Amino acid sequence: MKALCASLALTLATPLAAEEIWVTNEKDDTISVIDVATLEVTRTIPTGERPRGITFSKDYSRVYICASDSDTVQVMDPETGQILHDLPSGEDPEQFVLHPNDRHLYIANEDDAVTTVVDTETRTVIAQINVGIEPEGMAVSPDGKIAITTSETTNMAHWIDTETRELFANTLVDSRPRHAEFVHGGKELWVSSEIGGTITIFDVATQAEKAKIAFEVKGVHPDRVQPVGFELTEDEKTAFVALGPSNHVAVVNAETYDVEDYILVGRRVWHMTFNSDKSRLFTTNGVSGDVTVIDVAKRKAIKSIKVGRFPWGAALRP
Amino acid sequence: MNAALTALRAIVTREALRFVRQRGRFIAALVRPLVWLMVFAAGFRAALGLSITPPYQTYIQYETYIVPGLCGMILLFNGMQSSLSLVYDREMGSMRLLLTSPLPRWWLLFCRLVASTAISVLQVYTFLAVAWLYGIQMPTLGYLAVLPALVVAGIMLGALGLALSSLIKQLENFAGIMNFVIFPMFFLSTALYPLWKMAESSTLLRDICAANPFTRAVEMIRFALYAEPNWPALGWTVLAGLFFLALALWGYDPARGFLRRKG
Repeated sequence: MKALCASLALTLATPLAAEEIWVTNEKDDTISVIDVATLEVTRTIPTGERPRGITFSKDYSRVYICASDSDTVQVMDPETGQILHDLPSGEDPEQFVLHPNDRHLYIANEDDAVTTVVDTETRTVIAQINVGIEPEGMAVSPDGKIAITTSETTNMAHWIDTETRELFANTLVDSRPRHAEFVHGGKELWVSSEIGGTITIFDVATQAEKAKIAFEVKGVHPDRVQPVGFELTEDEKTAFVALGPSNHVAVVNAETYDVEDYILVGRRVWHMTFNSDKSRLFTTNGVSGDVTVIDVAKRKAIKSIKVGRFPWGAALRP
Repeated sequence: MNAALTALRAIVTREALRFVRQRGRFIAALVRPLVWLMVFAAGFRAALGLSITPPYQTYIQYETYIVPGLCGMILLFNGMQSSLSLVYDREMGSMRLLLTSPLPRWWLLFCRLVASTAISVLQVYTFLAVAWLYGIQMPTLGYLAVLPALVVAGIMLGALGLALSSLIKQLENFAGIMNFVIFPMFFLSTALYPLWKMAESSTLLRDICAANPFTRAVEMIRFALYAEPNWPALGWTVLAGLFFLALALWGYDPARGFLRRKG
């Protein structure tokens, strides 16, 4: 009874903010905001040209948007949708990652073969690190000591020491690496390769390749099976991998690396994000211009929500 | 009133007995849609997904799309099967015996309809159970909501069979029914492909499909399986059912109908 009263008091004290998924539409130069409760688009906010990567600050008071064709990272007030200011990002920023210190943005500059580190407080570039050709995927380890850039043409994962801001390792992966994530508390690094059709798993301590996951969607030509974005469940036992133009999301056992299921979603599925309790997964489907909602427990697509043209990145605003 | 219910019970029991004793008929009725589901749909699998059309909320595979159409197929074939057995009854003389009952003719024919629909519905649920095991699962509420839709569609298609049976002079003519009624009704409907797909090749074909009462019945079943009402489809199915029933009553009226011409 006490617990019930306490939870009721907490519920009454907490403002009823609707949980939202923010989706960048790269052809419309907009963000579509989806209400997680109603699964409907509630707002469309204009951005710079070709918005792709999107992430929130730790306290969710700012949202960072890679406006690739405007050659800038925009900082927006999520309450008002107003652009507060731009950050110097280097040319053609595509993906980025916010360091756990909530201050440094690591940005992949696709056209310049560099990774730019930007201080979001002083709004200055504090380092530019030469990496392979066409850098794309970005990740930072949970302890903030390692940053990863994947380069699409060099087919490598570049390991950056965030203190010295220098490369300390380069590891080969399959063709066109797109996305990277640290998994299992930072012990493993997963890198997806779009053309190679695989996810390569590295042991972070040794930077040695540990395993490789391949995908095969029944009835779909292997050329169309192109892993891009992926996310793991709260317990990190299951991974969901977007398979691009195969229009499927793979469900992978993150402990055995076996593919357990494939879920049909919209056309050319690219990136994804969970809601806050990780019961729903939202995938951006570029060609069909929608976001598919997956019931995580049932591993079933339950709804596809029309957004703008070519949705690309997605981020949760709790 | 008691006599009417006795007649209903007798007719339903007779149909049920006939159904139980003809196991082959039950298996055949089940195998037909299953072959479509597991063989035909496999060929058109649409691994990349079909575009979203109501009542679907997201992308689906072809197997999922054709399940409501195959439910309709069971009802359609059973309606026609019932028409075949009516012709058989007429040739054997048991129809004359039935129609000489003092009860109103419309009631007797309606009882026949109820009996054949009950058996059709049973077959549809068996098919849905196999489809569920095959991995095509609808929302739980949909399995309940589809019952009234199946009854309405079953009565409409049964009434069509009844009307046709008054037209058929001999058992041998049943092949004509297959060619001129079942196949066009089934293929010119949304059972196998959505209307927008039909419109891609011909708007005329799309319009014919849209006007086909079987399309309406299939769409009513499709929506009901997802626990959603489709009032226009229900309205058109009921209207078509009433029309076919009136035609059947007229056909079976010895004073005016087709039976008179047969002498």
